[in-house]
Amino acid sequence: MHDDDIPARLTQAGKHYGIVTALDAVDLELRRGETLALLGPNGAGKTTAIRILLGIIAPDAGTAALFGRNPRVAANRNRFGAMLQVGGVPATLTVVEHISLFSSYYPRPLPLDQTIALAGLRGLEKRLYGKLSGGQKQRVAFALALCGDPEALILDEPTSALDIESRFALWECIRGYVARGRSVLLTTHDLVEAEALADRIAVISAGRIVAEGTTAEVKARAGATLVDSYLALTRTAASEMSLS
Amino acid sequence: MMASITAAETRAEFTKLIRLPAYVIPTLAFPLAFYAFFGLAFGAQHAIAGTTMATYLLATYGAFGVVGCALFGFGVSVAVERGQGWLLVKRASPMPPAAYVLAKLFTSMAFAAVVVLMLFAVGAEFGGVRLAPQTWITLFAVLVVGSIPFAAIGLAIGSIAGPNSAPAIVNLIFLPMSFAAGLWIPIEALPPVVANIAPYLPTYHLGQLALGTLGAGHGSAALHVLALLAWALAGAGLAAYGLRRDEGRTYG
Repeated sequence: MHDDDIPARLTQAGKHYGIVTALDAVDLELRRGETLALLGPNGAGKTTAIRILLGIIAPDAGTAALFGRNPRVAANRNRFGAMLQVGGVPATLTVVEHISLFSSYYPRPLPLDQTIALAGLRGLEKRLYGKLSGGQKQRVAFALALCGDPEALILDEPTSALDIESRFALWECIRGYVARGRSVLLTTHDLVEAEALADRIAVISAGRIVAEGTTAEVKARAGATLVDSYLALTRTAASEMSLS
Repeated sequence: MMASITAAETRAEFTKLIRLPAYVIPTLAFPLAFYAFFGLAFGAQHAIAGTTMATYLLATYGAFGVVGCALFGFGVSVAVERGQGWLLVKRASPMPPAAYVLAKLFTSMAFAAVVVLMLFAVGAEFGGVRLAPQTWITLFAVLVVGSIPFAAIGLAIGSIAGPNSAPAIVNLIFLPMSFAAGLWIPIEALPPVVANIAPYLPTYHLGQLALGTLGAGHGSAALHVLALLAWALAGAGLAAYGLRRDEGRTYG
């Protein structure tokens, strides 16, 4: 397939931290227009995969590409928006100040009020980030990912710290974005989230992709329900790891 | 693109810091309070190194003030943003990394300009400081531009220190380095043991450059500039090492 049809791709990507293998020969492909969930338990390598795709860290082996280009070059990231699992957003800037700053990084950002509406932040524009609730903070993080009108979003555990209502609200934001024909790669350890949002699922365990396909295909691999197959797949990989 | 991003980044950085009492008080209020206390208390009559005490200390507290802006603006803010993961969010965005550093540099120079102008106003109004217009301008420029090497030193601290220890580390470097370089009390009045250490400190060279504009400095201006350049290069090198080392780590 042409580079333009593959927003994000890992080819045989590997990463070690000392003796720990975080990622082992991972192939992963986000196709245009799809929502792909990278599903796996904590410590499986999801965050490492995301950080390599975003150019934050370089792989020890293999390659990462965004539309065929090197993610380590800042300008090659301008068709992407990202949400990472980190805190530390400066507390003394307002919602709109944060969004307009990130908008300035992109060649054709969305109008500010559109970003604010899409992220569900109406009425909070002038509030300092430090004064927001947890759900509101996560929606600001979503707004920062969205404001550049990117063709693809890369979201690392976007809802893991949220209560149920905030999580459903963010799901709606993500669905709204996908409905415009855009692509999403998200990591999650939550099967319900993967099933609710994704067209395709890649299951990762101990740094390796152990299953990949549509939700139905992954289910069919090893059990009647997605939960069964997930547990079967991740346990097999983990026991192989401990034997080797 | 690069220029407009740097402008937006600088605006945001300045706004962020001006709302942060933990930055504004040590950088703006302390130099003013110290100058008011030491500089004005001795008044216009105490002559030192061919000038009045109030005039002499305007140069050295000016140096103290701009060094604080640079060390806190870089050291603490980079350490916090690195340690808490905000820098990762920036690095995942299309922001050019140079825009981040330049924005902090322009912001710390803007705060440096503010603190110097406030000191000038106090010195002229209450300390009877009288200088030729050209001397005011030269002193201002030396102080504000002279803060750049300290931005590099601050960046080095920020690239290595943890977010919680950075404020303490900056104070541990900043305060003794200011005292021993004669920025609080004229170097002529320091005990010889301390005065002998002074030339090894970057603060001494900025202080002497500033005093030189008033005809009250020691040593050659060119050598002071060279020493500051060497400190700037050392700081930038150490910062590059610290930021590269970060890449191998996992946070969160």
